[in-house]
Amino acid sequence: MTTVHERVDTFHDNDQKPVGYGRMLRKEDPRFVRGRGRFVDDIRLPGMLHLAILRSPVAHARILSIDTSAAEASPGVKAVVTGAMLAEQGLAWMPTLSNDVQAVLATDKVRFQGQEVAFVVAEDGYAARDALELIDVEYDVLDPVVDARRALEPGAPVIRDDLEGKTDNHCFDWETGDEAATAAVFARADVVVSQDLVYPRVHPAPMETCGAVADFDAVDGKLRLWSTTQAPHAHRTLYALVAGIPEHKIQVISPDIGGGFGNKVPIYPGYVCAIVASIVTGKPVKWMEDRSENLISTGFARDYIMRGEIAATRDGRILAIRTNVLADHGAFNGTAAPVKYPAGFFGVFTGSYDIEAAYCKMTAVFTNKAPGGVAYACSFRITEAVYLVERIVDCLADELGMDPAELRLKNFIRPEQFPYTTKTGWVYDSGDYEPTMRLAMEMAGYADLRREQQEKRARGELMGIGIAFFTEAVGAGPRKNMDILGLGMADGCELRVHPTGKAVVRLSVQSQGQGHETTFAQIVAEEIGIPPDDIDVVHGDTDNTPFGLGTYGSRSTPVSGAAAALVARKVRDKARIIASGMLEVSVADLEWDKGSFRVKGDPGKSVTIQDVAMRAHGAGDLPEGVEGGLEAQICYNPSNLTYPHGAYICVVDIDPGTAQVKVRRFIAVDDCGTRINPMIIEGQVHGGLADGVGMALMEMIAFDEDGNCLGASLMDYLLPTALEVPDWETGFTVTPSPHHPIGAKGVGESATVGSPPAIVNAIVDALEPFGVRHADMPLTPSRVWDAMRGNARPPI
Amino acid sequence: MQVPAPFEYERATSVDHAISLMERLGSTSRLIAGGHSLLPMMKLRLASFDYLIDINDLHDELGYIEAGPGEMRIGALTRHRELLESATLTAAFPIFADAERVIADPVVRNRGTLGGSLCQADPSEDLSAVCTALDASCVIRGPGGAERLVSMEEFHVGPYETAVGDGEILVEIRLPVRPGCGSAYEKVERRAGDWAVVSAGAAVWLDGGVISDARVGLAAVGPNTTGIPEISAALRGQEPSESLFEQAGAIAARSCDPATDQRGSADYKRHLADELTRRTLRRAVERARS
Ligand SMILES: Cc1cc2nc3c(=O)[nH]c(=O)nc-3n(C[C@H](O)[C@H](O)[C@H](O)COP(=O)(O)OP(=O)(O)OC[C@H]3O[C@@H](n4cnc5c(N)ncnc54)[C@H](O)[C@@H]3O)c2cc1C
Repeated sequence: MTTVHERVDTFHDNDQKPVGYGRMLRKEDPRFVRGRGRFVDDIRLPGMLHLAILRSPVAHARILSIDTSAAEASPGVKAVVTGAMLAEQGLAWMPTLSNDVQAVLATDKVRFQGQEVAFVVAEDGYAARDALELIDVEYDVLDPVVDARRALEPGAPVIRDDLEGKTDNHCFDWETGDEAATAAVFARADVVVSQDLVYPRVHPAPMETCGAVADFDAVDGKLRLWSTTQAPHAHRTLYALVAGIPEHKIQVISPDIGGGFGNKVPIYPGYVCAIVASIVTGKPVKWMEDRSENLISTGFARDYIMRGEIAATRDGRILAIRTNVLADHGAFNGTAAPVKYPAGFFGVFTGSYDIEAAYCKMTAVFTNKAPGGVAYACSFRITEAVYLVERIVDCLADELGMDPAELRLKNFIRPEQFPYTTKTGWVYDSGDYEPTMRLAMEMAGYADLRREQQEKRARGELMGIGIAFFTEAVGAGPRKNMDILGLGMADGCELRVHPTGKAVVRLSVQSQGQGHETTFAQIVAEEIGIPPDDIDVVHGDTDNTPFGLGTYGSRSTPVSGAAAALVARKVRDKARIIASGMLEVSVADLEWDKGSFRVKGDPGKSVTIQDVAMRAHGAGDLPEGVEGGLEAQICYNPSNLTYPHGAYICVVDIDPGTAQVKVRRFIAVDDCGTRINPMIIEGQVHGGLADGVGMALMEMIAFDEDGNCLGASLMDYLLPTALEVPDWETGFTVTPSPHHPIGAKGVGESATVGSPPAIVNAIVDALEPFGVRHADMPLTPSRVWDAMRGNARPPI
Repeated sequence: MQVPAPFEYERATSVDHAISLMERLGSTSRLIAGGHSLLPMMKLRLASFDYLIDINDLHDELGYIEAGPGEMRIGALTRHRELLESATLTAAFPIFADAERVIADPVVRNRGTLGGSLCQADPSEDLSAVCTALDASCVIRGPGGAERLVSMEEFHVGPYETAVGDGEILVEIRLPVRPGCGSAYEKVERRAGDWAVVSAGAAVWLDGGVISDARVGLAAVGPNTTGIPEISAALRGQEPSESLFEQAGAIAARSCDPATDQRGSADYKRHLADELTRRTLRRAVERARS
């Protein structure tokens, strides 16, 4: 394991098109910057109808009656469908990704505001929307369960009375670690600090909302579905299971996708409605939700109410971490996570520290809120885990009177301990934390910042420095223990080299902005020496790509990236045999020089990969036993997750009069192993950091006491703008993954995971003169002001 | 796709044409100026009208900033962006540029208008506070071309309610120009482009080092964005000082009536009314002096 420690990459000239890794402009960008992307809403088929969904205005109510007659008579309306009608076909309910069920259209009750109640199909979107207002639903409004803390109280209204024998709102219990061993360590520790923390409900809020165009051909029985999905293959299988359409008759196409962040992992009722509508009307049907629908009804993230406890020696050795979590899963358990991981990968809450014991106990409950618990770049709940550990480590530093950087440095897992098995059973593949931390401190000028802070404090100015150090677990996952609804999380990949030496690589993962068309071309280029521009990357169409589970949880590079490298090596192995025939030497006498095979000791004699491709398809003999063509396919089953890490330092200034927070600087040093395209990595980091600013300072899906969603528009649910973020200062170290074929680890979510605790730690640090030890997100000016006055309160 | 309920639409060719259309179509019609308040409400189907009368073609007639003797006149269709970029306006009343810089975003400012802002009468709206601080009066034209002049106090009837009656249109805002004036605006927002948590505008007029008049307008602290006469009374005839500003801030805090919401707690907003009143008065005095 080598760790390279550098601040910036040597810059490859973009025009020189590196054959392989390096900075290179994104191949997909010309079509996006010129407005030529093709998104679901751009799909227009002849005779296409439009679907709009009627949603519940209340959080919890029994449906007494639905009168659709006026809507049916409305001009342009082709069909109005209710839950009762779906129930006749056995389609009123569908499975969620967590083995629960969710109503496609409500039949008995509505269980959250915004739940799907009926849909209208009409000649255009306007007619469909207008007809919604003519549907008359009579509701018997019930008491809602809004506060997760009260969900299990005796007498609380039972939300899931659809489940046989259900008499409470309990969703599941989960635990990890060793309770007794942890209690023993806590009992003998010099110092124990505990802190209640809330990670509020937030929303992925991708720019493009969810939608689908369904086109069912009654003659050949084939369903073509364009949809906003991050996991086209998984969706295809699920549609086959739900709708009973044979899987080979379903084609799911995920065209250009305008952001996912986990929001587009689940199957939403709207997709199923569009399919049903196309079957019923015999026409293609488009459903595209609006912004409010996206915010109130689709998968949210977080919503964990946590108590963190940390035990340490007086001199700052961390001994154990314990946590108790109450998880709000909304009305249906729609969490997207491997089935055996109901709390996702929250088990990595022990962070980057070498400790003696750990224990977590979690209770999840149903509430009258939108279902989900999806990613939002959470790499399966690691966002919550990292926030927990990095916040309580700061609380401990405060208690010990120790510098938070020093406390972290003292407790890091050391490089020689890798692979390191945590006290909750995760096997960290590789890591070298101290150089990453030291680089961030050096870039920040940490000692100078602390001096500046002292001077400012003396003048009554509020400046804070916050640190977060994270280890992520990404790249789900080994099929022996990771599956979603029985589908193993291994990824296929196919590579075909054409006669002229150009190539096409087919992937199961789907890009929502991650730059796959470039990164994957570069991975293949690095292995077979064909320039990235000569490699077409095909993805997002189940008829044209091999099976795999999709893009989320930072899994594309760890899983499909490995598949792409290995399939290219397989092609190269075949090319080597053909080359040996062409050069009339044995395979062992050839050496590979990225792009060509040379005869050892006779450098003048060589053939390029392009020459080999032509020979593979051309006339003339091939070596014995070699079939024509130059292609291969593979299915990669990762042996472990990959564990990227990073050190983030945030500097904030707070206006003492108005309590407004300004993020002045943000230093992010990421280690995601081998770096394929540094520019794309930085783009992922920049976006994630902006996300973090949003969550730390302003984002929250709030509800009033009746369960009304208070974040139903982007005027109410605030996303950060360029004006709230500083110039990002990024750096990197490289600690390759030992088990990944090219040593790469995921990076898509690192910054979203690492930045919120850094920002909150900075704000709490700034508020030290007021004796503040913790304040929950979102740290709006009002909530910071409350904290300054000793009134820090949880947001829910 | 968020779309309004069906409506009919006509573009007015003159102010009088707009008035006659309103007269004919009655209360189911609405004027549309920049549309940045009206259209979001219609798209969310919080409001629907049978007819929209578009006055954007009247920019020649209603979009202007004219400095006259003793008075500055601004047409109701003057866009936020024009207010922000007007050197004449900024020289006389820098409070406008202060406020415009933090109203919404460039897209909204390109279209949204002064008249639309005042007529929307959203309690969080910024230009009402600006106009209140500057002691503006509003020219309202009605059927037959009759015009009446009302003060900002009279103009604001309540949240989302103004003195503009059926068949009437706001055509102009008049700002008295008096010597020794300084003005300033401050807003606290959760994020750029967001509506105010609280904002405050102040204007002071100095005469020989003494405050001859002073006015403060607040936004987002209660149903009405009105001036606070008690502040004016406390400041008039005094020499500017920190303790005087503190006194004004305290009056602002106790005179307003904010509600707790997603933007902040009532206590915090009250505190901001105080803090921002002091800050804007301080800056206004500095500007009046220079
Ligand atoms: C994202 C966003 C953020 C915003 N942030 C802010 C902010 O921070 N601060 C702020 O102050 N504002 C903000 N606004 C509102 C913006 O300033 C609006 O443009 C303004 O409030 C209304 O102006 P308009 O010309 O668009 O009016 P319109 O929306 O066209 O009309 C509003 C109302 O006024 C009536 N009306 C318009 N002109 C006249 C007239 N001449 N006579 C009589 N009635 C008339 C209309 O009939 C309608 O009822 C924001 C708007 C958006 C969309």
